[in-house]
Amino acid sequence: MSSIAVIDYGMGNLRSVSKALEHVAPDAEVQVTSDPEMVRRAERVVFPGQGAMPDCMREMEARGLRPALLEAARTKPFLGICIGLQMLFERSEEGDTPGLGIFPGRVKRFPPQLMKDAQGNKLKVPHMGWNEVMQAEPHALWRGIADASRFYFVHSFYVEAGNPELVAGYSIYAFPFTCAVAQDNIFAVQFHPEKSQAAGLALLANFVTWKP
Amino acid sequence: MLRPRSASEPMGLAKRVIPCLDVTRGRVVKGVNFVGLRDAGDPVEIARRYDDQGADELTFLDITASSDERDLILHIIEAVAAEVFIPLTVGGGVRKVDDVRRLLNAGADKVSINTAAVQNPQLVADASGRYGAQCIVVAIDAKRVDPPADAKSVGAVPRWEVYTHGGRKSTGLDAVAWARRMQTLGAGEILLTSMDRDGTKSGFDLALTRAVADAVDVPVIASGGVGNLEHLAAGILEGRADAVLAASIFHYGEYSVRQAKELMASRGIEVRL
Repeated sequence: MSSIAVIDYGMGNLRSVSKALEHVAPDAEVQVTSDPEMVRRAERVVFPGQGAMPDCMREMEARGLRPALLEAARTKPFLGICIGLQMLFERSEEGDTPGLGIFPGRVKRFPPQLMKDAQGNKLKVPHMGWNEVMQAEPHALWRGIADASRFYFVHSFYVEAGNPELVAGYSIYAFPFTCAVAQDNIFAVQFHPEKSQAAGLALLANFVTWKP
Repeated sequence: MLRPRSASEPMGLAKRVIPCLDVTRGRVVKGVNFVGLRDAGDPVEIARRYDDQGADELTFLDITASSDERDLILHIIEAVAAEVFIPLTVGGGVRKVDDVRRLLNAGADKVSINTAAVQNPQLVADASGRYGAQCIVVAIDAKRVDPPADAKSVGAVPRWEVYTHGGRKSTGLDAVAWARRMQTLGAGEILLTSMDRDGTKSGFDLALTRAVADAVDVPVIASGGVGNLEHLAAGILEGRADAVLAASIFHYGEYSVRQAKELMASRGIEVRL
């Protein structure tokens, strides 16, 4: 039986993530856990995150999760969600916070002076709601999901990948920004698959059977 | 440089359509009327119907009068969040940061604060600081205050005052200034209801909606007064709202969420179909 660890470091509601995983993988053992040993033992790891990245990093470190996270990111199917994507990068403008540095690149705030659409209308921040996700490359986690399908976003910061090869998907909000990255056994997304109805459940279903 | 691959240009963020459900003592009230619904008060079944119709989010308003029955909303949210995978907002009776925590833990994605934000604005700052602006909605109930008769000359602008306790208590606060202040304190979204229009089916107060939407940088949900689908489109096009919320036109089966979105799309509004 497959086991999936949903990493809990006290930052927000993980019920939706675990329920969505149980929904697509009724036979899997889904465990919401802050125990590094459980993370080590799990076959797959989901790394969510909500709120502010400085708080997320602090709480993650306080639970001693860094070594287990880095090991999981090297060795097993790993899905980052929202701040769980942002934390994989080197540094965030949010509180000038260092991230885990697994990927080169930075996390930036949507710059107020650029937040206009093609007609000159103001674009709100947080970027909140359903936006189209353009698939930059074929990937096992996009299987069965139409290009430009809509996923649910809620965030004020976005990642700027230092290596363009990492980009698996992007969306447009004032400008194109990276909303999915992929490398080897890691896939990470800015949007919330657990809140993105059919398209989101399809992505999670792809993750729970993914053999990178 | 990232470029769209397909010939069709990407369209960007969709405007949202949000059905609102009133709940009390664990049941949905105001008789939702879907054909073939086995239990008209079952929150899970109703949520599933709206999800099937393409609702972008759901808002639950807890109208429970007594505080000792408030925990029932937690069970509702838990049950809905286990089966419906779209964002859920819960409002009604949120008084302290711990109320926010319990709702989020039950599966709410956003918590809406109304009266308590006026009584204790620090609550908004504390909740936002702890859980992030993305999950803090400030609900504003506004009533129009007409300028005095002698000022009704060219250039006299309308203003709106914030009301609390379901529209019964005036606060003296200017709604536009209040929305700005709530944004500054950490609101990630404003749910704006016109008390003048609520229940009238005569459409949103578009001037109010636009005044607030233009004044803040966070998303604004227009609410109060929807009687037909054109009203929803007007809330976006003329009111400049980012999302529209309605209750009765969906509950009584007059229109489905999908019909609403099709009408909005035909008016050139970006929606998730």
